[in-house]
Amino acid sequence: MKETSNTQMVPKKRKRHRNLKMNLALFSMMLPGAIYLIINNYVPMFGLQIAFKKYNYADGIWKSPWTGLSNFTYLFKTKDALIMTRNTILYNVVFIILGTVMAVVIAIILNELRSRRAKKIYQVLFLIPYLISMVVVSYIVFAFLSYDNGFLNNGIIAAFGGSKINWYTQPKYWPFILVIVQLWKNFGYQSIIYYATVIGIDSSLYEAAVVDGAGSWKRIWHITLPGLKTTIVTLTLLAVGRIFYSDFGLFYQVPQDSGMLSNVTQTIDVYVYKGLTQLNDVGRSSAAGFYQSIVGFILVLTANFVVRKVDKDSALF
Amino acid sequence: MESMVNNNKLGQFIMNLLCVLLCICCLAPFILLLSSSLTEEATLMRNGYSFLPAKWSLESYLYLIRKISTIARAYGITILVTVAGTVTSLLITTMFAYPLSRKELPFRFPISFFVFFTMLFNGGLIPTYMMYTNTFHIKNTIWALIIPALLMNGFYIIMMRSFFSSNIPDALVEAARIDGAGEYQILFKVVMPLSVPMIATLALMVGLTYWNDWTNGLYYLTDSRYYSIQNVLNKMITDIQFLQTNASSVVSAVDASKLPSVGIRMAIAVVGALPVLAVYPFFQKYFVKGIVVGGVKG
Repeated sequence: MKETSNTQMVPKKRKRHRNLKMNLALFSMMLPGAIYLIINNYVPMFGLQIAFKKYNYADGIWKSPWTGLSNFTYLFKTKDALIMTRNTILYNVVFIILGTVMAVVIAIILNELRSRRAKKIYQVLFLIPYLISMVVVSYIVFAFLSYDNGFLNNGIIAAFGGSKINWYTQPKYWPFILVIVQLWKNFGYQSIIYYATVIGIDSSLYEAAVVDGAGSWKRIWHITLPGLKTTIVTLTLLAVGRIFYSDFGLFYQVPQDSGMLSNVTQTIDVYVYKGLTQLNDVGRSSAAGFYQSIVGFILVLTANFVVRKVDKDSALF
Repeated sequence: MESMVNNNKLGQFIMNLLCVLLCICCLAPFILLLSSSLTEEATLMRNGYSFLPAKWSLESYLYLIRKISTIARAYGITILVTVAGTVTSLLITTMFAYPLSRKELPFRFPISFFVFFTMLFNGGLIPTYMMYTNTFHIKNTIWALIIPALLMNGFYIIMMRSFFSSNIPDALVEAARIDGAGEYQILFKVVMPLSVPMIATLALMVGLTYWNDWTNGLYYLTDSRYYSIQNVLNKMITDIQFLQTNASSVVSAVDASKLPSVGIRMAIAVVGALPVLAVYPFFQKYFVKGIVVGGVKG
């Protein structure tokens, strides 16, 4: 570098100048997005300290007085903490198991079907429930379950001479209802992801299997399923990483916030929302939110760590 | 393969049957919704919601037409929020993702981490709510429906970045630079036109999220002037609940008459869901693609 003559220095300087200008332009492009992420994502992370404070509206998050762990002791003394943790985790476990099995089976079926046209139509129709909002879903569920006017009470139970069921006050039915609604809404989406993986499996493997005289079951067992293994493991692990979070709409909107069902419908997200807006209990609610954020974070890190071992490309980082 | 076709006829039949049954499961609830909204009120009272009502009627929709100002306003808000949100989101997402896809960007790794971290950890509802209401005073403004949570997320940035990295050749960007194009020109005149399918896919996913969102309205709106169509639907459920829980104490007969009756509820739900279902067939290709691209990391 020492030998660089003056004549070569000039373009180099110009190049450095050009680079600086380029970098400034690139950074300025990123500015709006960066500001948004800071406001929308990073400031609330620091705002989590509210869980250790005695919140009052006038002082806000930053100036309210510290109160140590009292919000947490207050929260974990109630049976709500146990119930909402149990509900959140158990529902997620059921969703992960049933959702994966259903999606894999459908992906394999789609792959085995001969008619291209039929495959296409099925895919398009399977996705329809995924397109509508949980509010509309809750109306559909209401059309089935309403005590006075619901299709189940009037169309089916009455036809068989049974007596009407008050669905929105009977907790025992809701674990099933919620699982059905969740699967109904999301199975198409998951099936398509798995189907895309199946399509990506090297077709020469199947050709070789046919030459060797392998039947459908053998091909599914020895080629399709092993080909899906990485995707199944990865998606499952990522879902496990989100096991502390629930679809707020499904658990709040679909049961129509019925108090009598809260034992089986209250998840952490529902509890946090209700504490904030209805019960005006910011202390317990923010403690629950903190609990969710931290445990959620640990779970995502763990899940991602395991994903990295299984399939490096699928890991988030 | 030919010889296997015969053996598999039964298998094909069973698999098709299964798929057709699933398709019916997907569609039937919508048909119930639609036929309920088209049933005469007295029939609804007598027989409940049904797939094949004894007496059809357009009265629910005629009622909605009489209340057109509420519905039209909510529709207007939904459309405004969806368009403004989607356009802004695409703009800031691509403008963030493109520099991140350039290898020569300084601090590329820390910036990527800055994005990733938002996908791993978040403050949750309470600090977010307090910040938006106390610091930004977003409550009961149109911004409440556009800004919180939905405008941008780390996942879409990563998705776009990977697309740019693997689909925009470095040589092309370098050539544009040598021709004297600035970075903004390169992004908007060279990179964006080459990324139309990807941008369309993202637009569809973000647009659907905005159209269907009701949570922001639930958190930040008490003023019904800003209600989107989803919020109107949501509000109706709460009103009905309120009436049911207070039915004994309130003079319910008077209040009940003001509420949308049994059929009208379903008509509004149809109105809320219909636009998405109507445009879906035309965009399903992009939509399926979006799911496939986003799937594994989503």
